Amino acid sequence: MMNNILDVSSLVTQLRNGARIVDDISFSIKAGETFALLGESGCGKSMTALSLLRLLPDGVVNAGGTAQLDGVNLFDLRERDMRNVRGGTAAMIFQEPALSLNPVMTVGQQIAEVLTLHQGLRGAAAQRRSVDLLDQVGIPDAARRMMEYPFQLSGGMKQRVMIAMALAGQPKLLIADEPTTALDVTIQAQVLQLLRDTQAASGMSLLLITHDLGVVAEMAHQVGVMYAGQIVEQASRAQLFARPLHPYTQKLFAALPGAMRRNQPLTAIPGNVPPLGSITQGCRFTPRCDRAWALCSEQTPGWTVLDGGRGVRCHLYQERGARSEDREKTPSPPTPLPQAGEGSSILDPRSSILEVSDLKVHFPIRKGILQRVVGQVKAVDGVSLEIPQGHTLALVGESGCGKTTLGKALLQLIPPTAGSVKFDGHELTGLAARELRTRRAAMQMVFQDPYASLNSKMRVAEVLEEGMAALNIGSNSKARQARLDILLDQVGLERTAKWRYPHEFSGGQRQRIAIARALAVSPRLLICDEPTSALDVSVQAQILNLLKSLQRELNLSYLFITHNLAVVEYIAHEVCVMYLGRIVERGTAEEVLRSPKHPYTRALLSAVPRIDGSGVERIKLEGDLPSPANPPQGCHFAPRCAHAGESCRAGYPPATSHSATHTVQCFLYGPDLN
Amino acid sequence: MFGNPMFARTILKLMIAYLIRRILYAIPILIGVNLLTFALFFVVNTPDDMARMQLGIKRVTPEAIEKWKQQRGYDKPLLLNSAASGAGKLTDTIFWQKSASMFVLDFGYSDDGRSIAREIAQRMGPSLAIALPTFLIGLVVYVSFALLMTLFRATALDIAGVALCVLLMSVSGLFYIIGGQFVVSKLWHLVPISGYDGGIGGFRFVVLPVVIGVIGSVGSSSRWYRTIFLEESGKDYVRTARAKGLSELRVLFSHVLKNAMIPILTGVVVVIPLLFMGSLLTESFFGIPGLGSYTIDAINAQDFSVVRAMVFLGSLLYIVGLILTDVSYTVVDPRVRLS
Amino acid sequence: MSFMPVILWSDALVFLLLAAGISGAWYVRRREHLLLPWRRVAQSATAMVSLAVLSLFFAVGLLDTLHYRVALPEKNGSASVYSPEVLSVFDKLVTPLRTQTEKTYSAPLAVTLHAKESISDAQGRVLRDYPRLRYGGAHLADVSQRDGDVLWRGFKGAMGGLVVGVLIAGITSLLRMQNLDGNNPPQSPLVRGNARTPPLTRGGWEGLAHLKKYIDSNYALIIAFIIIAALIGATASLASVYHVLGTDKVGQDVLYLSLKSIRTGLIIGTVTTLVTLPLALLLGIAAGYLRGWVDDVIQYVYTVLSSIPSVLLIAAAVLMMQVTIDTHPEWFDTAASRADLRLVFLCLILGMTSWTGLCRLLRGETLKLREQEYILAAQAFGVSTLGILARHIVPNVMHIILIALVMDFSALVLAEAVLSYVGVGVDPSMISFGTMINAARLEMGREPMVWWALAAAFGFMLALVLAANLFADAVRDAFDPRLNRSEGTA
Repeated sequence: MMNNILDVSSLVTQLRNGARIVDDISFSIKAGETFALLGESGCGKSMTALSLLRLLPDGVVNAGGTAQLDGVNLFDLRERDMRNVRGGTAAMIFQEPALSLNPVMTVGQQIAEVLTLHQGLRGAAAQRRSVDLLDQVGIPDAARRMMEYPFQLSGGMKQRVMIAMALAGQPKLLIADEPTTALDVTIQAQVLQLLRDTQAASGMSLLLITHDLGVVAEMAHQVGVMYAGQIVEQASRAQLFARPLHPYTQKLFAALPGAMRRNQPLTAIPGNVPPLGSITQGCRFTPRCDRAWALCSEQTPGWTVLDGGRGVRCHLYQERGARSEDREKTPSPPTPLPQAGEGSSILDPRSSILEVSDLKVHFPIRKGILQRVVGQVKAVDGVSLEIPQGHTLALVGESGCGKTTLGKALLQLIPPTAGSVKFDGHELTGLAARELRTRRAAMQMVFQDPYASLNSKMRVAEVLEEGMAALNIGSNSKARQARLDILLDQVGLERTAKWRYPHEFSGGQRQRIAIARALAVSPRLLICDEPTSALDVSVQAQILNLLKSLQRELNLSYLFITHNLAVVEYIAHEVCVMYLGRIVERGTAEEVLRSPKHPYTRALLSAVPRIDGSGVERIKLEGDLPSPANPPQGCHFAPRCAHAGESCRAGYPPATSHSATHTVQCFLYGPDLN
Repeated sequence: MFGNPMFARTILKLMIAYLIRRILYAIPILIGVNLLTFALFFVVNTPDDMARMQLGIKRVTPEAIEKWKQQRGYDKPLLLNSAASGAGKLTDTIFWQKSASMFVLDFGYSDDGRSIAREIAQRMGPSLAIALPTFLIGLVVYVSFALLMTLFRATALDIAGVALCVLLMSVSGLFYIIGGQFVVSKLWHLVPISGYDGGIGGFRFVVLPVVIGVIGSVGSSSRWYRTIFLEESGKDYVRTARAKGLSELRVLFSHVLKNAMIPILTGVVVVIPLLFMGSLLTESFFGIPGLGSYTIDAINAQDFSVVRAMVFLGSLLYIVGLILTDVSYTVVDPRVRLS
Repeated sequence: MSFMPVILWSDALVFLLLAAGISGAWYVRRREHLLLPWRRVAQSATAMVSLAVLSLFFAVGLLDTLHYRVALPEKNGSASVYSPEVLSVFDKLVTPLRTQTEKTYSAPLAVTLHAKESISDAQGRVLRDYPRLRYGGAHLADVSQRDGDVLWRGFKGAMGGLVVGVLIAGITSLLRMQNLDGNNPPQSPLVRGNARTPPLTRGGWEGLAHLKKYIDSNYALIIAFIIIAALIGATASLASVYHVLGTDKVGQDVLYLSLKSIRTGLIIGTVTTLVTLPLALLLGIAAGYLRGWVDDVIQYVYTVLSSIPSVLLIAAAVLMMQVTIDTHPEWFDTAASRADLRLVFLCLILGMTSWTGLCRLLRGETLKLREQEYILAAQAFGVSTLGILARHIVPNVMHIILIALVMDFSALVLAEAVLSYVGVGVDPSMISFGTMINAARLEMGREPMVWWALAAAFGFMLALVLAANLFADAVRDAFDPRLNRSEGTA
């Protein structure tokens, strides 16, 4: 206990009306260690962190418990002394670096503020130290960046500045609240590496708050799993990943998509996280737990300490031997699915339902008094792809690569600048609105944000009927009503749902409604734009399962736009990797993900945190995605590529084939380099 | 940041280009205003109608109407003079002489035969003498009050402050003036009820209108500033500032206030040029010979030329205000300055 | 019949607004998610008290909107001729206030005129004294009895009002309580048939406890209601024999003038909406959704309009309107219809100059909404532009419109007074707060001072505007999605 930097015991945080957000949490962090608080959205993990620094938002109060930071009881301090702790002994970084920096102060000023407050440095001394700090967090040309404003920096750079600001007070504890959630996977890898390096250099402790098991696997020494305001399991990383004990943790692991689970449905956790304060008696996971018995809903399980210092809050482990057969039981592997498309000829051009060739979407940049066009943002710059009937094509890329624009251009929601989009042999570009309408039913879209994609002023029935009415599907309203029932059955919602309004549903249920809306007009191709990235892992599994089973039943094709490679591995037949408006590598999922050829694909794959810790050799990717308004000369990836040579900067590489299905656009495999 | 002379020069160049662009944007707006006033004053009602009304129904004779129109130069065709030759076809018209001429600040003559432009020049001083102090003192008072409420947000002080604001803004502006004049001048005899005098001696005439002007909008303005400050203090960067260990006062002054400047300038800078126009009510109640009382007298006397001139001048000043607002953004917002 | 109903232009517009309001309420009533923010409004005690005050004003305004002309006594069987004087139901209700005019100024509750005059007494001697009023306190034999009489009548009236108020409050409480119980739980209409025993028939103690709970939760409203009732009672009782707020220069009752002003203020505050709303809504969402040249044109128009200082634009437009009205006297058959048309035009002009702010707001919001994914989804279905605007954009900007309307109301009521003072407001013959203030502003300088007309105008205006402001605040708080709330979203 002596070398604990932070001891939290029985922390309670609640709303003014008494609903508990954080309910009786205890944990400790040793000096130099990383403690990860893992949990899904709304489980209270951020509030735990804010409670420690006494930064709770209006309306939320700390209602009990103690927190000893470096021997000081935080909750006994006067506000003035607490200010010395904030930014001094304990610093914090937040999820949205873009919003967390003051937009009208230079980076240097914001860092200097901490230096003045906690280190007593002013003027030139503060300047020098700020430059050192920026250097330390890996910001190139630090002296110049000091003078810049946050909007001039990329997302990754902003988070580095946040870290520099946190380090300025030489904290003993750094609280990082979802530090990489808003960042792309390659940038996430950079920032996580930076956090590890800094920790190794300074010996500070890290309280890492995250929902991502992969990040936990890479970063944590100790892990606390939170559910509905409580820690339900705590263990070292090795213990947890070797054998999760709490049914919730087990389910979290089982819900992760991946290549190994391709042929089986994911183990989704049914239902949703209970609302705050709704369960006061019994275990909070009971309603969603398939191993719960009567006791679970009657009596709140206590904290059970097991061998190796790990602990769990579950009746299964409380009465030793009581139900030992249950304890060892791991969820039975779900039955394999019959696969559509698998095994059949993979790329039969005649069966392609969608054929896109050399599609371009350019947005003009206008400047000056007369709004002359001075340049083009080449959001999509010559993309060709085909999707066979019943298949899933995953379009992978980081934010800003143009993948969402491509999806909208396929649906003609954004008029393409050039190229052709053929659906079922019919050209869609350049069609008049009326002709286009007759083709609309065949291709539909599922959007990313289930909260923004449903009009909150319409009943579910109206939402679902809108498309049918617009496209004259279903002869009369009675036929449409009958169809609604079928649709709701298909997406796993109750039929009575149609009389309710979207705000009455959870995120996962809303996404089901959005899928039903698209299905209402019997499309043959669904463009899914990051359909699960706004959802928790357990809900993501439900949606992925649903999409897979719908594909099987209805022989649907999917264009699956995503940045999440685990999802790709699970769901895709073919993969296209997109970088700065162009596709750099394509092939079957097996080919692209198992033997990636393009250096970008390889970097992308290596950047994904793996829960088995078996990470492939890490390829560090420098810098950020360049602007599509001004792409680099030659191969767009050349400036960030470790293998780039002269020819890479001279011209764009041609496609080279590695198999009938696998092509790469890289000089490494071109005739002149090979 | 401006240490590098090269950099500073580029910025200056950009600023000038920006300014020119803004001014060019303003011209079509002014043309629109001009056309609108022309339509309002000469098309909705013909000069004949106006003459008939001003002469009174009983005394109307065709001759009297012609004379009335001739005195004021309204005896020309509206848009196109087919009788004239060459450029005169366009220039010898009501539109050219009465409306388009305002672009060169030629406002013509009022009904009592005085040059409107000269009158405006003379009256701007007194208007400004009241409006400028009201504006400046008001700004300080409202912002301080709003900051105080923000600092003590969600406490009894804040709630009482907001309640006071709502009460004050529910009182008619006329009440402040009439009540203020009655109490301060009539009961207490502290300052003269009305009048104006240039120089130092004019101070006693200025005090009461300024104080009443400030009090008159303390409710709505303070509440507006409070809303802005509250909205800013809910943002993520404020949480970051608190997490740094800054005191609540420092957070408010060095973070919130700086960011709140952007919405504040939007609402505030635009009215600065309009200060020249003075206030209708204040000036007429306090007998200040400014543009406000000039306007009100013209309205009561139905002197259309003066009203037309004031409409154009008002929108000209408003547009100057818009341009100033844009320029002021570049001062407080680096995102505007540097992109 | 001995009267002919008259529907002035402003009356028609008020009826139109009323119909729109009622159908809107009917629509909202049946939709739980639309009702939710109104429930939040209903939970606010200040909002409900201000609403009570506002409804009182609205009741007076509405009664004053039902106009008619009385038939003149028929002369030898010819077709009935109607008086040129347009009266309202409200005028009829308070006939004594309207008709019992004194010679000139008298103070509130006075029994004599405000200034001494030469009176000749029974003996024919001429002396200077305060003459007795023709109506005010005429029932008193002696001036010295006044104070006692005022107190007694005031008390009697207040008690009467109190009793009536308590009775009404009690009955409505019971009725509402029963309704609430019967509808519980609200989402299952099926169980209503076998609802539990209504509280009235339940055992006495239980029922009482229930009633107490209801009163506890609404007590601010009930207290306010009873106070208002007592106030009305006292005023009514006194007004029958006194001029409660005195009389003005021509001897008209100031209380009557103040009450009549309410309608003018309300019409300015609400009818203006009829102009503002369609313009702002149509142009705002068209500009925001269609972009391109439509946006450019609409932006240009509202920038031009808003660049003219509004008082000047209103002044210019009103002057021109006056020219039109003055040169066309043949359009109007009564003085009332002339004044009324001027009022309607004033609303029109106020609307034309004030739609730009709301339009800008709506354009901005539509710009944000058009990028929303549900709009994209509708576009992917090929839903027509009109369909998207009607189904997706308009319902989602409704809260902005509502907030803008309630916030504008009080500003317009205040503006009327200022404009009328400046001389570009309502017709001088129309009774309004502005004309009252305008007529009375020089009276402060008289010796002895005449203050009651000003005080009455300002007092009534303050009550109306304060109530409107407080209610508007509650509406904004309830509807503004930016104010995050924990309840309601789950």
